Amino acid sequence: METVELLIIGAGPAGLCAAISAVSSGAKVMLVDRNDTLGGQLIKQTHMFFGSEKQYAATRGTDITKILLAEIEKYKENIKIYKNTTALGMYEDGVVTLARNDKYIKVKPKAIIVATGASEKVLAFPNNDLPGIYGAGAVQTLMNVYGVKPGNKVLMVGAGNIGLIVSYQLMQAGVKVEAIIDAAPEIGGYLVHASKIRRLGVPIYTSHIVKEAIGLDYLEKAVLIEVDEKWQKVRGTEKEIDVDVMCISVGLTPLTELLMQKGCEVKYVPELGGLVPTRNENYETSIDNIFVAGDVSGVEEASAAMVEGYLAGLCAADKIGFRHDDFKKLKKDYIEQLHSLRAGPESDKIRGGIAKIERRAQDV
Amino acid sequence: MSKNTTICRCSDISKEEIRELISQGYTTLEEIKRISRAGMGPCQGRTCGQLILREISSITGKKMGELENFNNRPPAIGIKISDIVKGAEENGKNC
Repeated sequence: METVELLIIGAGPAGLCAAISAVSSGAKVMLVDRNDTLGGQLIKQTHMFFGSEKQYAATRGTDITKILLAEIEKYKENIKIYKNTTALGMYEDGVVTLARNDKYIKVKPKAIIVATGASEKVLAFPNNDLPGIYGAGAVQTLMNVYGVKPGNKVLMVGAGNIGLIVSYQLMQAGVKVEAIIDAAPEIGGYLVHASKIRRLGVPIYTSHIVKEAIGLDYLEKAVLIEVDEKWQKVRGTEKEIDVDVMCISVGLTPLTELLMQKGCEVKYVPELGGLVPTRNENYETSIDNIFVAGDVSGVEEASAAMVEGYLAGLCAADKIGFRHDDFKKLKKDYIEQLHSLRAGPESDKIRGGIAKIERRAQDV
Repeated sequence: MSKNTTICRCSDISKEEIRELISQGYTTLEEIKRISRAGMGPCQGRTCGQLILREISSITGKKMGELENFNNRPPAIGIKISDIVKGAEENGKNC
């Protein structure tokens, strides 16, 4: 059994920041990720970030990964990084099992930060298994990581920020986006993104869903239909469009299964993507020394994930006896950054969701 | 609804089959998993779980938040038994 002080599961924006924060507090960290590259979703985010300077605004996601990895490099003697490593189980006695390539490893950390992120939601409509129907994450991986065009004519399903940004990236890659649809009566993403896409001539149909996909061996057409305010289909409003790619971007749901194995309390909070662990202001769950950060603690933007990572890393290190010299100042700063990221009217839902999962503040 | 709306991609189970099970009285995710194998494939319910819950909710009228999820047990992904055995041998008595 390997000895570990702090185990961090997931090396996306939240996990990387948690590692930096914990190791700079003096803790020894084991950071595991199931992929062979670190950075999680950041490695496919070729667009520049919003937020403020502290969350690397105006920097591309791909470059943020480089900045964070350079920071981690400074502490390399105290961070053990395991790539291609999937956490399999979290057990009652504190043991965590990992699969690293074909090796089965057991570790017993003093504290754990679960930063596993989220998975994409899918839709049920006739012929939803035709080739050509992708999740938005898969389309980003194909284009931005491997440089492969997913097809030629795209229907984007979902007008949230991911749907809008991926649509724009598809156009930059020379792919025609035929339309963007959303079941909701209003566009979910930032209007600056939506206007940019509309100016390029792509229609955005709100209150529209996919009625069915048509195709023999692969996607050839999509049939759209309008929905009313009660989400019921409006007869006679069908329209067919010729597409060979349908990109599903209808939100994410937290990857909480490890937390649920362990018995952490979770609540169904649709504003945050589904089942979400309850936590205190230090991002510690209902079980002692099990912390969370990033999308697994409620789906938000990567900017919030990074700050949550810094905060959880700081507090988890403190919990096992490594208090950062500037602990109080840093903690206050991270909490303020999260408040300001969630301050706008577009974050009403996020704030409402967090109110349901945040436990009474602890004295630290 | 057409038969070819796929709910569980791993075990190839359609929306119609899931709705039929719910109408027979299998109204929890755990029951549907045991009788149909939905959620027991490589994705371990990460794809179909939400879709099945939605069908249960629409047929029984219960809210999504009131419905129980799958019981989550290790391992989270598939692993060969030979790898576990090898790990046990290498780690000695700690395993």
